[in-house]
Amino acid sequence: MAVVTESIVEGKLEAPSEDKTWGEMAMKMTRKYPLGAFGAVIVVVMIFLAIFANVISPYDPEANAFEFMLTAPDGQFWMGTDQFGRDILTRIIYGSRTALFVGFSCAIIGASVGLVLGVGSAYFGGRFDLFFQRVMDVFMAFPLIIMALAVVSIFGTGTQNVIIAITIPFIPRCARVVRSSALAIREIPYVDAARALGFTHSRIILRHMVPNVMAPFLIMLTAFVGQAILLEASLSYLGLGVQEPTPAWGLMLQGGAEEYAESAPWVAIWPGVAISLAVFGFNLFGDALRDALDPKLRQQ
Amino acid sequence: MYKYIAKRILLMIPTLIGAAVLVFFLLRIIPGDICELRLAGTGLYADPAEIELCRENLGLNDHILIQFADFVIGFFILDLGDSMWTGKPITFELGLRFQLSLQVAFMATFVAVIISIPLGVISAVKQDTWIDYVVRCFSIFGIAIPSFWLGIMIILGLLIITQAWTGVPWMPPIEYVSPFEDLGANLAQLIWPAVATGYRYSAVATRMTRSALLEVLREDYIRTARAKGLLEKLVINRHALKNSLLPVVTIIGIEFAFLMGGLVVTEQVFNLNGLGKLFVESVLNNDYNLTQALVMIVVMVFVVTNFVVDLFYAWLDPRIRYS
Repeated sequence: MAVVTESIVEGKLEAPSEDKTWGEMAMKMTRKYPLGAFGAVIVVVMIFLAIFANVISPYDPEANAFEFMLTAPDGQFWMGTDQFGRDILTRIIYGSRTALFVGFSCAIIGASVGLVLGVGSAYFGGRFDLFFQRVMDVFMAFPLIIMALAVVSIFGTGTQNVIIAITIPFIPRCARVVRSSALAIREIPYVDAARALGFTHSRIILRHMVPNVMAPFLIMLTAFVGQAILLEASLSYLGLGVQEPTPAWGLMLQGGAEEYAESAPWVAIWPGVAISLAVFGFNLFGDALRDALDPKLRQQ
Repeated sequence: MYKYIAKRILLMIPTLIGAAVLVFFLLRIIPGDICELRLAGTGLYADPAEIELCRENLGLNDHILIQFADFVIGFFILDLGDSMWTGKPITFELGLRFQLSLQVAFMATFVAVIISIPLGVISAVKQDTWIDYVVRCFSIFGIAIPSFWLGIMIILGLLIITQAWTGVPWMPPIEYVSPFEDLGANLAQLIWPAVATGYRYSAVATRMTRSALLEVLREDYIRTARAKGLLEKLVINRHALKNSLLPVVTIIGIEFAFLMGGLVVTEQVFNLNGLGKLFVESVLNNDYNLTQALVMIVVMVFVVTNFVVDLFYAWLDPRIRYS
C-alpha cells in the first residue's frame, strides 16, 4: 500500500463543476465507485448514530441492571445484555462516539502534523532532511505496543492517552508519503518564484506547497481513521485503552467476551461486527477516494 | 552499487541508536521500580536496606549514562545480559518463546501467500466484474476485522462444531508443544492463530498483487505478447505476474517485520506464551534489560527488512542508486 500511495506524485483535487447539484454529483460518483458509495453510506450512518446516540438508544449505556444479566437477544434487548445487564445495542450505539472521536482525532492530528513536517523536511532538504528522516525512521520502527504501554504507564489510561499513543506512529507515516510528493513540487519553478519574491519559509511551505500535496494527505487521512479505530479496539481489548464504564467496542470484547463465549456468544459477536463494519466502511471510502485522486490510476 | 550499499548500512546505525535512546529513557520515565515490585509486590513489608541492595546488585544505582553505555556496548558485542526479573540470561528467556512466535509468523505468512496471490490475480484479470468486487470486499474485510475478534470467533466456532459432532467441546491447549516432539499436535495448536493473523496479512497482500498486476498489464510488452498471439494464460503467468511480484514480496516482508512485534493480541486470545506476552510482562515488571533487548530485536528486524527491500529496488531500478 505504501508503494502505491508513494507513487502519487502530483495529484491535484478536481474542482467540482459548478452547473451540477450535489445530488447529481453524488449519483455520478455512486455509478463510478459503487463500493466507495457503499462505504460512504456506512460512514454517514455511523456519524448519525454517534450524534443522536442519546435519542436513538433505548437504554442507559452505563447503568447496571443485574436482574437482566446476560439476557439472550429478544424483543426487549435486540442484541442481548452483557454481564452487568447493560443493553449491548445501546453500548454499541454509544461506542460509535468513542470510535469516531478517537478515529478522527488521531487521523487529523497525526496527518496534519505529518503534513507540515513532511513538507518542511522536503523544502529545507540537505542535512535537516537527512536528520529528520532518521528521527522518523526511529518512530516508524518502534513497536506500537511498547509506545502504548509507556504512554499508559506514564499518563495513565483514558481516551486522551489512547489518542496520544496512536497518533505518535501516524506522524512519520504521513510525513514520509507527503515528503516524497513535496520533493517533486519543490523543483517546480513557482516555488523558486515565491522564494525570489522574498516570501518567508513558513509562507512558502503553508501557502504554496501544502495545498499541492493535498491528494496524498487526504488519502493518508482517510486510511488513518479506519486504522485508528482498529488500534483503539486492540488497545482497549488489552486493557490499555479506554476504561470502564465508557462504552467502547474493544472494551466490550475484553470484559466477558471470552469468558462467556460459549454460554452468551452475543456478548462476543456484536461489538466485533461493529468494529469490522466501521473500519470496512472507512476503508471502502478511502479506496474510492484514492482512485479518484490518483491521476495514475484515473487514466485507465 | 557498493557505494549505495555502504551508504544504506551507515544510515541504519543512527536509527538503531535513536531507538536505543528512545527505549532507554522511555523506560526510566515510567514510574515503578523492579526491586520494590519484586520484594514488596505482594503487599508484604520490604526492608529498605534490602531494596537498596537489590538496586545495587542490578546496577540501577549507577549513573544513568553508565547504564546507557552498558546497554549500548552490550548490544554491539551481542551480550544481552540477564533478565532483571528472573535473573536468567535473556537469551534463555527468549529461547522457546521466540521459536513459538517465529513459527506462528511463518505459518501466517504461508496462509497469506496461498490466499493472496491467486485472489489478487483473479481480481486484476477480471477487473470491474462481480468477481473483482467480491475479492476486493473479501480483502478489505480482512483489513477491517480485528484479528483478536477473528480469533475469538474461531474458538467459538470450534467449540460449537466439536460440541455438536463429538459431544466434547474443543479447548485451546494450555501447554505449548514443540514441533520436534509432536508435529501433528503442534500444527493443530498453532494453525488457528496463524489463520487469524494470516487473513489480515493476506488482505494486504491481495490488494498489492491486484494493483501491481493491473499496472503491469498496461505495459507495452504485455500488448506485444498478446499481439504475437500468446495464450492469455501464458501472458498472465509468464509475462505479467513475474514482473508484478516485486511490490508483493516487499509488502510481505514489511508485514512480516510488523508481525514479529504485533502478535501481542493474538497470543492473548489463544493463550500462547510467545514474544508478545513476554513484551507486555517485561514492561509491567519494569524489567529494563528484557524490554530493551526485545525492542532492539524488533527494531533490528524492521530495519534489516527495509534495508533488504531497498537493496532489491536499487538492484532493479538504477535510477534509485544513482540519485
